[in-house]
Amino acid sequence: MTEIFGKPLPVILGQTLIGLINGSFYALLSLGLAVIFGLLNIINFTHGAQYMMGAFAAYFLLNKLGVNYWWALLVAPLAVGVTGMVIERLMLSRLYKLDHLYGLLLTFGLALIIQGVFRQEFGSTGLPYSIPESLSGGQNLGFMFLPNYRAWVIAASLFTCLATWFVIERTKLGAYLRAATENPAMVQAFGVNVPRMITLTYGFGVALAALAGVMAAPIYQVNPLMGADTIIVVFAVVVIGGMGSIMGAVVTGFGLGIIEGLTKVFYPEASNTVIFVIMAIVLMIRPQGLFGSR
Amino acid sequence: MHFKRKLISTAAILALSAGAAHAQISGNVIKIGVLNDQSGTYADLAGPGSTLAAKMAVEDFKAANKGFTTPIEVIAADHQNKPDVGSQIARKWYDSDGVDVIVDVPTSSVALAVNQVTKEKGKALIVSTGASSDLTGKACSPNTVHWTYDTWQLANGTGSAIVKTGGDTWFFLTADYAFGHALERDTEAVVIKNGGKVLGKVRHPFPTADFSSFLLQAQASKAKIIGLANAGADTTNAIKQAAEFGIVKGGQNLAGLLVFLTDVHALGLEKAQGLIFTESFYWDLNDQTRAWSKRYGAQIGGKMPSMGQAGVYAGVLHYLKAVAALKSDDGTKVVAKMKELPTDDPLFGKGSIRADGRKIHTSYLFEVKKPSESKGPWDYYKVRATVPADQAFRPMAEGGCPLVAAK
Repeated sequence: MTEIFGKPLPVILGQTLIGLINGSFYALLSLGLAVIFGLLNIINFTHGAQYMMGAFAAYFLLNKLGVNYWWALLVAPLAVGVTGMVIERLMLSRLYKLDHLYGLLLTFGLALIIQGVFRQEFGSTGLPYSIPESLSGGQNLGFMFLPNYRAWVIAASLFTCLATWFVIERTKLGAYLRAATENPAMVQAFGVNVPRMITLTYGFGVALAALAGVMAAPIYQVNPLMGADTIIVVFAVVVIGGMGSIMGAVVTGFGLGIIEGLTKVFYPEASNTVIFVIMAIVLMIRPQGLFGSR
Repeated sequence: MHFKRKLISTAAILALSAGAAHAQISGNVIKIGVLNDQSGTYADLAGPGSTLAAKMAVEDFKAANKGFTTPIEVIAADHQNKPDVGSQIARKWYDSDGVDVIVDVPTSSVALAVNQVTKEKGKALIVSTGASSDLTGKACSPNTVHWTYDTWQLANGTGSAIVKTGGDTWFFLTADYAFGHALERDTEAVVIKNGGKVLGKVRHPFPTADFSSFLLQAQASKAKIIGLANAGADTTNAIKQAAEFGIVKGGQNLAGLLVFLTDVHALGLEKAQGLIFTESFYWDLNDQTRAWSKRYGAQIGGKMPSMGQAGVYAGVLHYLKAVAALKSDDGTKVVAKMKELPTDDPLFGKGSIRADGRKIHTSYLFEVKKPSESKGPWDYYKVRATVPADQAFRPMAEGGCPLVAAK
């Protein structure tokens, strides 16, 4: 059997693929954060809670209203996105003139409140959510058993990330958005409703988090604290990629997923810390992040 | 200080002459403190449910002992699974709030810390959800009773039963901290003692959300049994993802070394079916457990009790019986009385408490039902084997408890 550094090749291939799957979640979540930071200059600490709300929304749609997974992929992000827009209108919009720190504190506090309320209501153990019938089962790839659902996660995440990048970097709407962050007054003068655009952007970023939540629901427990655990890693991903860089978030998301996966083969005990070690190194060598411009 | 003590003793004498029933009860009230995780990972398997169980014990005790007029209070606090927070609350409760007994205390590290404080203060501690068998081993105390289960019982019950029914090759998924290591060590010893083999193990960080890579390693080991030496969300996530990777369908079996009813409820039968593990209690064992659990469920939104919550009820009930028999709430004396009196309650049946503080009762090996076998909500387990009380727990001589050695 072929071996690399004393580990059989099939194991390495398997872990790389699994890393890619985890990377899909990192990419989707960090993408939302990057969009929000890039266009609103808000460090959205509520992101983890909104990811969790997406998973819960999927659970309720299925169990209370009989709405299946596929519709939940559409409905849950919309619903959670609307709550995000309400938050932006009522609270965040009052903070744009102030220091970053205020936005950070507000969103962090909101995250704690939302998680606390969910925990109070639904307990801490979590709720079950099954993989949709059409995606259960899996393929034997020779070197590993790949569940169909995980393959779908990679595909869906890649598509969403690339589509988002395309819209922001290559379309007219994206050009407005980028212009509005550079010089809101000027864009307003051209007749574009900047505040509304910002609200919609925040809603979109939040919807991305909720989408990741729906996709995570069948894999992880639907648990009030699921976002709190993930968000820290995702912030590290965003910092490594460069705050606000869309492509940076996507590439580092997938890349770090793979590195984390390989760490699990060679030294499993370090798999939770490896991302932070990389973050420390990147910050020392290139403080603006791998893809950051400033 | 001296004067104050005199004053107190004078007051005590006055109280003594006032009414015999209140003779030795400090503050003329028995205060029971439920100390556990009220909001985090273990809040569902202990938490507010344990508080309710303690209150039910008080109710039932009062109904059966109309002559016992001393008021009994139940209070609760959240130790957040942190030893420092737990011992701080215990000190405050004992020193200034007049708490006589602390019950429940999940999370071994916290239980061991509170064990120490209780011994110092001469109060009483009844551990129900805490797991470490050290509580009746090298850390045993004349002030502590370990009621429901411990790591030795889990390892022994599950490990030997599985090896004997053909599961003789094992791979461990172990939470990388003291509790996981202990559980893995104890189980490995049992597996080897019964002629089985351990093919490999992987230590995963605590907590871990994604087990897929560890499961792949377990799958590649071709071991018949994958032992989960972890707890709570780690266990449920591992089980959920094992189903996804077709591990059980591929002929390997999972052994949850610490699984609570609430975990199975969170997983759903589809994912949890076939899982084998040891517990001391299940709501659907007999008429008495069913009746009690229905009463419990009616007050907490239809949930059924975990073995930890059941242990809180039984432990508090037995504690109150000892207090009534002794007419005193002096911690050390009450615990000694608890060991002297045979135990009898609707949930664990008849039993006893050993000199090292270990409560002895029947232990069960459960298997989770297939969805087709389940008749309704919370109908999850079937009994696969019953381990008699005298074999379920570590023999007293092997625990290394100084209380026993001194005799």
